[in-house]
Amino acid sequence: MAFIELTRVVKNYEKGSEVVHVLQDLNLSLHEGDFLALMGPSGSGKSTLLNLIGGIDQPTAGSVLVDGANLGNMSGSQLAKWRSETIGFVFQFYNLLPFLTAERNVELPLLLTNLGGSQRKENALTALRTVSLEDRAKHKPGELSGGQQQRVAIARAIVADPKILVCDEPTGDLDRQSAQEILALLETLNERFGKTVIMVTHDPLAAEHAKTVLHLDKGVLVESGQAEVSA
Amino acid sequence: MTSVGFVWKNLYRKKTRTFLTFFCLFIAFLLYVALGSIAVVFSIDTVSGELGANRLQTSAKYSMIDDIPKRYVDEITQLDGVEVVTHMTWFGGYYQEPSNMLVTFPVDPSTYFRIYRELEISDEHLTAFLETRRGMVAPIETVERYQWKVGDIIPIGSQIYAQKDGNRIWEFELVGFYTPQQEGMSAVLLQYDYFEEANAFGPGAVGWLTIEISDPQLAPELAQKIDSMYINSSDPVRTATESESNRQFLAQYGNITLMMSGILLAVFFTILLVCANTMAQAFRERIAELGVLKTIGFNDYKLGMWMLSEAILLSVLPAIFGVLVGMGLLIAVGSTGAAAMFIPTPPMSVLLSTAVSSLALAGALGVLVGAIPALSTTRMSIVDAMHA
Repeated sequence: MAFIELTRVVKNYEKGSEVVHVLQDLNLSLHEGDFLALMGPSGSGKSTLLNLIGGIDQPTAGSVLVDGANLGNMSGSQLAKWRSETIGFVFQFYNLLPFLTAERNVELPLLLTNLGGSQRKENALTALRTVSLEDRAKHKPGELSGGQQQRVAIARAIVADPKILVCDEPTGDLDRQSAQEILALLETLNERFGKTVIMVTHDPLAAEHAKTVLHLDKGVLVESGQAEVSA
Repeated sequence: MTSVGFVWKNLYRKKTRTFLTFFCLFIAFLLYVALGSIAVVFSIDTVSGELGANRLQTSAKYSMIDDIPKRYVDEITQLDGVEVVTHMTWFGGYYQEPSNMLVTFPVDPSTYFRIYRELEISDEHLTAFLETRRGMVAPIETVERYQWKVGDIIPIGSQIYAQKDGNRIWEFELVGFYTPQQEGMSAVLLQYDYFEEANAFGPGAVGWLTIEISDPQLAPELAQKIDSMYINSSDPVRTATESESNRQFLAQYGNITLMMSGILLAVFFTILLVCANTMAQAFRERIAELGVLKTIGFNDYKLGMWMLSEAILLSVLPAIFGVLVGMGLLIAVGSTGAAAMFIPTPPMSVLLSTAVSSLALAGALGVLVGAIPALSTTRMSIVDAMHA
């Protein structure tokens, strides 16, 4: 059984009286440990697909199964709990909380666990060490470069040890060198720590780091790498 | 970091805005405890009390500033059901400067302390007061405030009464002091006989009478009887129970409780808008962050509760400061405030009920201004929040 399986997924949005068809009858299977790059023009449905896999949006039709869980059958609070345990999110603009230090930002997802304060702190520092930013633990986001902020965001994404990393254009706001560092880090997390990485990107060079590259156009997957795709 | 720590950090992320909102609320709650305490002092429920239940007061019918003949004391004393009658006269006294107003009454010591048993005076001081022609006794608090000593000759100025030589500065010998059981009754008492003899208006007049009756049930009947005795005289009177008289006296200031309530209502309506605006701004600024937190796995309920807790903290903390500072201020001015009255009112201090109602009001304010942002937080979809 596939680790992530989307079956006949349809996603429509209503914009006033108009219905926008974002994803159309999409099927996708991914195995645990995959590193998938999703490419495609703006408005092709990449982020929507990412949201469905990450459990932050529900399909209009079809089913989304991730690690055996049918996301369509879950309530809002069940989905929230599931996300906190299963998914780590990395955003284009880092989305760190500006009034918290790097360490506190990384610690945030652990507030949802039963860990004690000292254990949370230790885990946060371990995550920061993994992204080579332990020495910036006490710095606030405004005191860090873009690349450093994205590394803090990756530390936050991995601190609760999720199986899947969902990255929405993680290098979109970075210079080439910082982007390469982030991609190398994602590769390490995929290869050494076995995380399944799903990354949306516009950048072909970034996509080269993935094991699988899929292209979306007008809500339809048009090209496949190793993943099993049908439309 | 804990959930409480997170809420706390969120509260202080815009320090200037938070400080200004805090300051507004602090002033509002300071006003609340101050005005609330003033309203309590002026409240009709707090004046007199059990000790006044068997007392009547008789004053000039048309105005308290009119005198009544002193002979009424003897005439009323003859009535069945009347135990003792004493009299007081508003002297308009001050010490050294007119701004140092002293509530000062020339009284008859032999009857005054028989009626006002809540004023504790030693036999030695009472005897000295009875026997000293220019004698004067004062509440212990006044004696200590002006550092008077028994035996001192105290110059007391009068805004109303001059002596026969035209001098308005009277000299009295402090022969003792008394301790009121009930705080707020703080009159300096002068020997009436000397006052009567020496004042330029001449003898035979007093300000008002206090009548102790044998049975409180007789009060309406006796009041009517006394009033009817003088109804056709040149000095008609009005008699009521002491508490009713006090009520009427306080009513001269207007309905203080209503005025205070009106002011507080206006203040809190404004504060409600200020707080609601602060929380609405805080919510709008954080929509994307809330989306991120939801994405990470924080559920709607938890985030909503955080938002609500922040609003409650925003209003309760300044309320605590307001109550504490208010208590300090009222302790400082409490005795001064009471001195402006000449009826037994409690000194101004923050009552437990005022303090508790302040905090309850602050909590309610927090819930009111935090409810909409909290509800919006729970209802917000992640996708919409991330696009905000």
